[in-house]
Amino acid sequence: MVFVFSDNEKIAIEMLAKAVEISRELGSKPSAVVLGRDGQEKARKLVAAGASVVYLAGQDMDEIKAEEGSEILHSICKEVDPPLIMIGSTKTGKEIAPRLASLLDAGLSTDSRKLYVRDGSIVTERIVYSGNGVATERFASKPAIVTVQAKTYDPLPPDDSRGGEIVTKDIAPREYGSKILKVESMVSEGANVEDAQIIVSCGRGFKSSQDLKLIEDLAKSLKGYTLGCSRPIAADLKWLSEDHWIGLSGHKVKPKLYVACGISGQIQHVAGMRDSGIIVAINKDENAPIFKVVDYGIVGDLYTVIPKLVQAINEKA
Amino acid sequence: MNIVVCAKQVVDVGEIKVNPSTGKPVLEGIPKKISDIDKNAAEEAIRIKEKLKGKVTVITVGSEDARERIKEILAMGADDAVLIVPPEGADYHVISNLIAKAIKDMGQVDLVLCGEASIDMFSGQMGPRIAGAMDIPQLSYAFKIDAEAEKITAERNMGDKRVVSESTYPVLLTVTKEINVPRLPSLMQILGSAAKPIKVLKAPDMNVPDLAPKVVLEDVKGLAMNRKNLIFKDDLDQAVKDLAENLSKDGALG
Ligand SMILES: Cc1cc2nc3c(=O)[nH]c(=O)nc-3n(C[C@H](O)[C@H](O)[C@H](O)COP(=O)(O)OP(=O)(O)OC[C@H]3O[C@@H](n4cnc5c(N)ncnc54)[C@H](O)[C@@H]3O)c2cc1C
Ligand SMILES: Nc1ncnc2c1ncn2[C@@H]1O[C@H](COP(=O)(O)O)[C@@H](O)[C@H]1O
Repeated sequence: MVFVFSDNEKIAIEMLAKAVEISRELGSKPSAVVLGRDGQEKARKLVAAGASVVYLAGQDMDEIKAEEGSEILHSICKEVDPPLIMIGSTKTGKEIAPRLASLLDAGLSTDSRKLYVRDGSIVTERIVYSGNGVATERFASKPAIVTVQAKTYDPLPPDDSRGGEIVTKDIAPREYGSKILKVESMVSEGANVEDAQIIVSCGRGFKSSQDLKLIEDLAKSLKGYTLGCSRPIAADLKWLSEDHWIGLSGHKVKPKLYVACGISGQIQHVAGMRDSGIIVAINKDENAPIFKVVDYGIVGDLYTVIPKLVQAINEKA
Repeated sequence: MNIVVCAKQVVDVGEIKVNPSTGKPVLEGIPKKISDIDKNAAEEAIRIKEKLKGKVTVITVGSEDARERIKEILAMGADDAVLIVPPEGADYHVISNLIAKAIKDMGQVDLVLCGEASIDMFSGQMGPRIAGAMDIPQLSYAFKIDAEAEKITAERNMGDKRVVSESTYPVLLTVTKEINVPRLPSLMQILGSAAKPIKVLKAPDMNVPDLAPKVVLEDVKGLAMNRKNLIFKDDLDQAVKDLAENLSKDGALG
């Protein structure tokens, strides 16, 4: 039984497509685990997406605590003995997967981009050194555990006529010294940088949040835009919501055109946008690392350059 | 309060180049440093010690030359350090078990702090693995911590959610880059750090039963970026024209 788990339903469905494929090779079956409330409904979707069996557990949990989530998965794994466990790379997935790996004495490779079987061993590839390299890793453990980011695999078309078994598990995790006091949903501005074709991004070169007006002007002149930003703009200054955050710890994007304004181009930012079609930067520091990774760059004060550029683009269009 | 900070020596990833003939990233000769967020973890540990009294121990698993880098954290205010030299090919399974064992051997430890992720591998594995191996609670992605004598509260960035959690001790926390700004030690502190003890342990002497990796690193290929690198400067009116012209030629203006 190849196992799939994510608190994010979309990633679970995407991973199932891969699980279906790789279970054939392993002579196994694709299955999924759903933790928390409303499991039945979610389980049916996962069956339609390819799961042969869906386990429901922790039905009374409002929030998944890592200690409890990993304990429940551990207990199901002990019974089912999966060769491979795929966990969605959300924050929740990323705090559960390593704890589960430790309970199972198993290997874990995070943010796996490729997964295959070679000579009976499970092999995976992942990005290392902030985008400077791709590592090939071979598992010497059973199970092998990977975490998988959104959009790594294309989902199978949902098939509501597929049959699958839904199994409810009553597993009461132990008491831990930790508890969740409060959960607050973050305001999202609904930016979808991952699907965007044109992204105009801002960094700490902007002096105040009001000045982001400038970048909106530029974005508009480029048509069909989405606003992106560096980590400090979302995480420290909170000028934009985190769905705009691009980089190693943020979203990975590959638009046709990426314009970085007032962004220094530290490798952790570049890791998120290095696959873009054309990369443009505006920065007043000629030695900013961003200029090493661009197709076109303008050295200058963005407060002067952006209005001029908007005009030049409008004249072209 | 006995606090452990896990800190890793890494190559400065911003300096890595890909060797065009081998296609591999060149790691030799690249400057090494303490992984960025581990300094935030150290800063937080030292602040908690300043508030609640106690001791801060740095644990690092790495080569002997990590000693020089560890001194930076001792200079910031940590009291002592343990440097564990791992066996060849050690993976997260092996290293987390070594760290968990070293902590256990220290006696009573109340709080373990890790970075949310290391800058070279960016796995975010080590913290939760150590917590699992020690069978203690974990609070990850903390961007604000309030430590009191009997319990600790953390505000955590869980992506689309902010979660406030609390825990009794012992507990492991992983912290984000936003939690604080690590202090720069004074010259006196830097000089003083030379006298602080660094205990070196070799993995085979530590009585950890399973030192075989579960994940074998087979190969690392370099990912080079090839870009046009046309930079316009000085005459900004000309520069924006040149840029617009090029974008138009590339068909990027719609
Ligand atoms: C583990 C880890 C993960 C990280 N993940 C991410 C990530 O996912 N995404 C991310 O972005 N960062 C990430 N970072 C942070 C990253 O290392 C940098 O600190 C960050 O990208 C810098 O943001 P910035 O370029 O906006 O700010 P700065 O580095 O401060 O750069 C500002 C730039 O603006 C220029 N500037 C200033 N004024 C002007 C002006 N008037 N006109 C034109 N230019 C001007 C300056 O020359 C400078 O180059 C991560 C760091 C770590 C350690
Ligand atoms: N070799 C190591 N020695 C000590 N601490 C480590 C080591 N590797 C990782 N860590 C800790 O675990 C955190 C997460 O690292 P990683 O799992 O590699 O992303 C780091 O920020 C450190 O606090």
